[in-house]
Amino acid sequence: MNALTGTGTLTRLALRRDRVMIPAWVVPIALLVASTASAFGGLYDTPEERAGVAASTAGNGSLRALYGPVFDTGIGGLTAWRMMAFGSALAGLMAILLVVRHTREEEEAGRLELVGAGAVGRRAPLAAALVTGFGASLLLGLLVTLALLGQGTRGAVAFGIAFAGAGCSFAAVAAVAAQLTESARAARGISGAVLGLAFLTRAVGDAGSGTLTWLSPLGWAENIRPFADERWWVAALFAVWAAGLVTVAHALVARRDIDASLLPPRPGPAAAGRRLRTAQGLAWRLQRGSLWGWTAGFAVGGAALGGLADGAADLVRDNERLADVMRDMGGASGLVDSYLASMTGVMGMIAAIYAVQAVLRLQGEENSGRAEPVLATGVGRVRWAAGHALLAFAGSVLLMAVSGFTMGLGYGATTGDTAGQIGRLTGAGLVQLPAVWFVAAVALLLYGAAPKAARASWGVASLTLATGLYGPALRLSPWVMDLSVFTHLPKVPSADVTVAPLAVLTVLALALAALGLAALRRRDITA
Amino acid sequence: MTKAISVAGLHKSFGRTHALDGLDLAVEEGEVHGFLGPNGAGKSTTIRILLGLLRADRGAAVLLGGDPWRDAVTLHRRLAYVPGDVTLWRNLSGGEAIDLLGRLRGGLDEARRRQLLERFELDPTKKGRAYSKGNRQKVALVAAFASDVDLLILDEPTSGLDPLMEEVFRECVREERDRGRTVLLSSHILGEVEALCDRVSIIRGGRTVETGSLGELRHLTRTSVTAELAGRADGLGGLPGVHDLEVRGDHVRLQVDTDKLDAVLRRLGETGVRSLTSTPPTLEELFLRHYENGPDGPDGPADPAAPAVATGALAADAEARR
Repeated sequence: MNALTGTGTLTRLALRRDRVMIPAWVVPIALLVASTASAFGGLYDTPEERAGVAASTAGNGSLRALYGPVFDTGIGGLTAWRMMAFGSALAGLMAILLVVRHTREEEEAGRLELVGAGAVGRRAPLAAALVTGFGASLLLGLLVTLALLGQGTRGAVAFGIAFAGAGCSFAAVAAVAAQLTESARAARGISGAVLGLAFLTRAVGDAGSGTLTWLSPLGWAENIRPFADERWWVAALFAVWAAGLVTVAHALVARRDIDASLLPPRPGPAAAGRRLRTAQGLAWRLQRGSLWGWTAGFAVGGAALGGLADGAADLVRDNERLADVMRDMGGASGLVDSYLASMTGVMGMIAAIYAVQAVLRLQGEENSGRAEPVLATGVGRVRWAAGHALLAFAGSVLLMAVSGFTMGLGYGATTGDTAGQIGRLTGAGLVQLPAVWFVAAVALLLYGAAPKAARASWGVASLTLATGLYGPALRLSPWVMDLSVFTHLPKVPSADVTVAPLAVLTVLALALAALGLAALRRRDITA
Repeated sequence: MTKAISVAGLHKSFGRTHALDGLDLAVEEGEVHGFLGPNGAGKSTTIRILLGLLRADRGAAVLLGGDPWRDAVTLHRRLAYVPGDVTLWRNLSGGEAIDLLGRLRGGLDEARRRQLLERFELDPTKKGRAYSKGNRQKVALVAAFASDVDLLILDEPTSGLDPLMEEVFRECVREERDRGRTVLLSSHILGEVEALCDRVSIIRGGRTVETGSLGELRHLTRTSVTAELAGRADGLGGLPGVHDLEVRGDHVRLQVDTDKLDAVLRRLGETGVRSLTSTPPTLEELFLRHYENGPDGPDGPADPAAPAVATGALAADAEARR
């Protein structure tokens, strides 16, 4: 038996387990690329308009930091400009999640031990996870190529290679990270940090001279230059990077025991602190890490969007159709305010995703059997559920306040009126809250009344975000847009605050949440 | 004596599965009550109903004088529960989980916590994800035994413990009984049940098939005897209470009702004994008889293949309640 015996069987097992997860990643990303290309075809249909985009980008460092430089002003080139940075990062994220899921997560759950006792080589589980991660990345590349064939074969192939290369690069990163720590969560954290650093390095590089860009796999993706006189040799960088890290990961796995890790696990306190004495204290303890992570993300996101406000308005100003879209999203007062209002709305929709995952922590606790011992103490169900729900509701207040504040800071730095912008945009952020709460309350109602359907609240939150982001550009009919609760909010700061919709949504959210808690009191708790 | 738990005619279905089909259970205050049955018999479902996590479809359940569904929170302050499959929070240390569960019940005895950690040899600084199954159970056991409660509900609490720790667990249960606490112990480990329980209920297919004191149940069991004799033993088969007699030359193997053991030993002694192995009476046989019958098979001791066993008042009791 050699060290790779069983890789084929384990790969088939991994693909069987991921038969929903992989398509759920690659198909939407490919569709996003396809729809961006077709939207650009409609939005910038003259060479002058497209040249305008390139000029705005060339003159605006923060735009380049966000999207990268424009290498070509054709539809394909603009699609590459808009999609490459985020799309390749998404490909990397997918690969990280897949590889950690089939390596450290299996090991931590004890399933790898069961598998490893069979006729399976020492390196086979890692190899199977990598084959799965690489395979999903290549599939994504293939779909993206197919989606863009209409823009030219060479460019479409280069585009696919860029996505696949980014995916494979971070699959290899995750393979190493999975050897470093005992917990899958920490392995995902390390890999995610590397991904974030790669994005940041590329952003700083693209905003400046471009040298730093070459230190980041995400920078290589953009520098293959699809649809702009492709530079095929850049693909070799992905291969060298992935091969190097895969070698390291295999060397590490061959040297360590099962369940062991290079970084020693840290012990915890022998006794609980003063705050860990109530159901609310437990909910806080379980969710605080996630809330801090989201807060940091919202702070950075708000600052970046605020800093981009002027540049974005420049991009739109010369294009009547794009300006229409922007006004649909963010109201009609002025382009910058429309932009700020629409971005604040997007932050609200993302906060709704946070709120859904905070509420659904309840379901995770119940299904894993961790709720049972807690509910067998003097804690009632409502108090237990309210502990997590409070984090969803109050946590979204924190997120919206922080992102409004940093958006004001970012935009204020370009206008000079920092204090005023901070006040205005923090207020605009808080105006989103009734809609965020409404989505959270839907999740709570589903969890309480129909726990098997509770995961559908992810669908509600993602569809809300998708309608908000793409509905105006796709010219969806008003009744479809009305299905999103965010459509009913006043478009602050572009429009004035109107109290009625906010009050109605808040009351509805509270009523749904109360119904959810009441339903939870009546049903069986299952494990 | 008052009842700590009294359950009558409990029914619970999950979709088309009937988990409980008229279950009865009576646990006296201050006793250790064994709760036995094959996998899927409905032990955990019963316990979850007693904890107010599930709502019974029909039947009556009274726990510490209250309604387990309606008065769940008040009752829970007076009981401690150890699930069979303990899952802990991955990033909470064992010590934190113990303190949290204790505090949520209304506080725990610091001195006893310290002492229990020592006796169970549990490292409270490890994170939840790093504990083995046995150590996760120890976390839940320490939290339960260190709480000041009237009732302990333990659902197969020792399935991951090694024999040394099993002994510590038994000591702890005895201490709880000595303090006048009631224990409901669901278990598969017959030695544990024999060592700890005052009374036992055996359930199968969601119904109670046998209940009584250990003495009463032991009466229904047999001792197996293997002996090498100095000569041929005659007349063993004619003795009362002897079953499954096998004679191969000087070697004898038989089973005997425990209360008839004396006569058998005397007869063997008359022949002359070279070696003798006697397996002490266990409940195993009785349990196996109940466990092995298919879920739709006859209840109670009606297995025709088994030699007649004195069913006594117990089975009649069970019969009457059905």
